[in-house]
Amino acid sequence: MKNVTTSTFDADVLQAEKPVLVDFWAEWCGPCRAVAPILEEIDTEQDGLEIVKVNVDENPDLAQQYQITSIPNMKVFSRGAVVKDIIGAKPKAALEADLADFL
Amino acid sequence: MHKVIIIGSGPAGYTAAIYAARANLNPLLFASSVEAGGDLMTTTDVENFPGFPNGIQGPELMLNMQQQAERFGADVRLEDVTSLELDGPVKKVHVGDETHEAQTVIFATGSAYRKLGVTGEERLSGRGISWCATCDGFFFKDKHLVVVGGGDSAMEEATFLTNFASAVTIVHRSESFRASAVMLERAKNNEKIDFITNATVTEAKGEEAVDALELTDTVTGESRDVPVDGLFIAIGSDPRTHLVHGQLELTDEGTIAVDGRSSRTNLPGVFAAGDVIDPTYRQAVSAASSGMIAALDAQHYLEALED
Repeated sequence: MKNVTTSTFDADVLQAEKPVLVDFWAEWCGPCRAVAPILEEIDTEQDGLEIVKVNVDENPDLAQQYQITSIPNMKVFSRGAVVKDIIGAKPKAALEADLADFL
Repeated sequence: MHKVIIIGSGPAGYTAAIYAARANLNPLLFASSVEAGGDLMTTTDVENFPGFPNGIQGPELMLNMQQQAERFGADVRLEDVTSLELDGPVKKVHVGDETHEAQTVIFATGSAYRKLGVTGEERLSGRGISWCATCDGFFFKDKHLVVVGGGDSAMEEATFLTNFASAVTIVHRSESFRASAVMLERAKNNEKIDFITNATVTEAKGEEAVDALELTDTVTGESRDVPVDGLFIAIGSDPRTHLVHGQLELTDEGTIAVDGRSSRTNLPGVFAAGDVIDPTYRQAVSAASSGMIAALDAQHYLEALED
């Protein structure tokens, strides 16, 4: 999964052609570490949705801009807008159900 | 067919796995995909688990337990059990499309955070309302937070949140606290923490994010709004029994009923351990001890089958 930062967010996420799921996470967040390998799996198993991650510790301005107050927070961006917002770690089947429109 | 399948990966599940593995029962343990390690994974300093004079971080303690179980041959899988068939001599554990069979099952699924059950809670969850201080405290730098609850978790969360917040108010429904003296004192001595007792949160308010709480006085019944930037809920937890509803007997408190001091449920070969059977203590130490009991009970049950 690609690491997106404040400087690459526009090109990698907002201007992307296909929908992009951004996983807002941090090292110190246990549920974030638990859900990361699941997102990794989903990322490699399909190509409707690109999955990237933003470290909120290193990119606090992005966290603030998107009003992140709880992580993991997974937002799907399509044509620059948030079209899906998932808060909290979930098992793979539940995440796939949430993301069914994009997979 | 497995001899023992353990469901749950808190101190009860891992201790059961350590004992079962050391008894050469080759336990298979389902740890869940996103909640492996249980409640302690979102706890910082654990200072009351014996053997760690300087305390230990919750996630480190749980990783140690997992490694200890694996060292003796426990098969730990980060998968979610979806349903169970516990009747009869062959227990079936369904994990998605897969079915695993076992002679015994140890059920140690712990408990799930209790919700307030008030207007606005669901809608504002993740939008200023949180159950995990270690995950979300970071986002409340120089903010005013409310922690609701009166137990050790509430005190620990409030104390931890003062690393970020400008002020933390603990709201508790009575004047007596379930929290241990040392945790309560620590919170009371923290300059950033104040208390509102005899009050419950009766509504969470805000458009995009929580910005106020309605507090109701439990004595006078009067309500007032208090502006806040965030709410952390630590009002305890309920036993996680949905996988066994209709199969295992429950107590009035909602825990799984076991026979006396044993871990034996109403179904032969099915044992339960940890917070899911414990309405009273719910400590890492008591859960670990309970996991040991379940492993020994399962071992004796298997030995009796062979005779």
